Amino acid sequence: MTRVRSVFAALSLALTLALSLAVAMPRALVAQQAPAAPRDTLVVTPEGLRAGAPTKATDPALEARTSAVASGLRCPVCQGLSIQDSPSELAQQMRSLVRDQLAAGKTDEEVRAYFISKYGEWILLEPKASGFNLLVYALPVLLVVGGLGFIITLVRRWTVAPALGDASDASDASDRDAADGGENSTT
Amino acid sequence: MNRTRAFLGMLIAIPLIWLFARGMGRDPRDLGPSPLAGREAPGFKLAVFAPGQETLARPAGDTVRLESLKGQVVVLNFWASWCLACRDEHEILSEVARLYVGKPVHFLGVLYNDDAASGNKWIAEMGGQSYPSVLDPGARTAIDYGLYGVPETFFLDANGRVAFKNTGPVTATVLHRVVDSLIAAAAAK
Repeated sequence: MTRVRSVFAALSLALTLALSLAVAMPRALVAQQAPAAPRDTLVVTPEGLRAGAPTKATDPALEARTSAVASGLRCPVCQGLSIQDSPSELAQQMRSLVRDQLAAGKTDEEVRAYFISKYGEWILLEPKASGFNLLVYALPVLLVVGGLGFIITLVRRWTVAPALGDASDASDASDRDAADGGENSTT
Repeated sequence: MNRTRAFLGMLIAIPLIWLFARGMGRDPRDLGPSPLAGREAPGFKLAVFAPGQETLARPAGDTVRLESLKGQVVVLNFWASWCLACRDEHEILSEVARLYVGKPVHFLGVLYNDDAASGNKWIAEMGGQSYPSVLDPGARTAIDYGLYGVPETFFLDANGRVAFKNTGPVTATVLHRVVDSLIAAAAAK
């Protein structure tokens, strides 16, 4: 019986952790949606590398803003990489476009809005914390808290119950001994 | 008590299983409709590098402006010489473009992350291309159309709106079905 309980406890802990991780990592799940076609686009030609080579930073503030915006945009031909981190040609071209748009006076939010208008919200590495997306942020916390509560309740119940069981067993035994002793003494 | 527990367990488990099953059941290549669908197609002004053939030809170096194609259905095909899947659709696109000569349809190829010499060499190897192709420096037009990879084909209606997007090699059936419906819609107005 104790073994069954231990197995059940381990299973429930594993399930809680797995569910928490699965929900807490929407990025990884969404990254699998990247189309297979980009396998072709990952072939980077020497010409492409030269053409897409990052230009020398002339304005540190502009470069910092470009990096910040580019870090939040998903590379369409990669698996879960931002256009800031990806070495692919398209990512470099998108980064260059981010820089040009910022240099032309657009705000960070306007540049993000441009990419969302072309690729949808999928292009954002972190979904906006509004509407249905709130579930992505709230669910892992709820699952972890609920799972911990569940485990604590179970562990408490299992540790208290056997202790009570042992105590009653012991008192039963002493009663029996006393009864036996009594019988012996009378005989 | 046991029934209540079972009910609560099911209340938590069923939505989670449904959520995961729905996610697992999705085609990883299907990213849903393009956000551009139904919206005005991003304009462009691109230079021809591959002239095309016969009546569909436009001289190399000529500039194609999307604005000038309003009133016609436009089939915009993004391709590259290094793209293997583009080989599968090349002949179909060329053939179908020929079939629509004289109709209000304009086929245009857009070279994606490639150079004109490689593009022209590839076209020659493939036996020619009936319609012209243009260069897209810096993939700016590709990004403007929200391109994920090649080949991708955009169908623009006579009002210059994005009507349909085909990801991967386009088939003759899709080309005929979409182009015919867009011509019919334009004629009905």
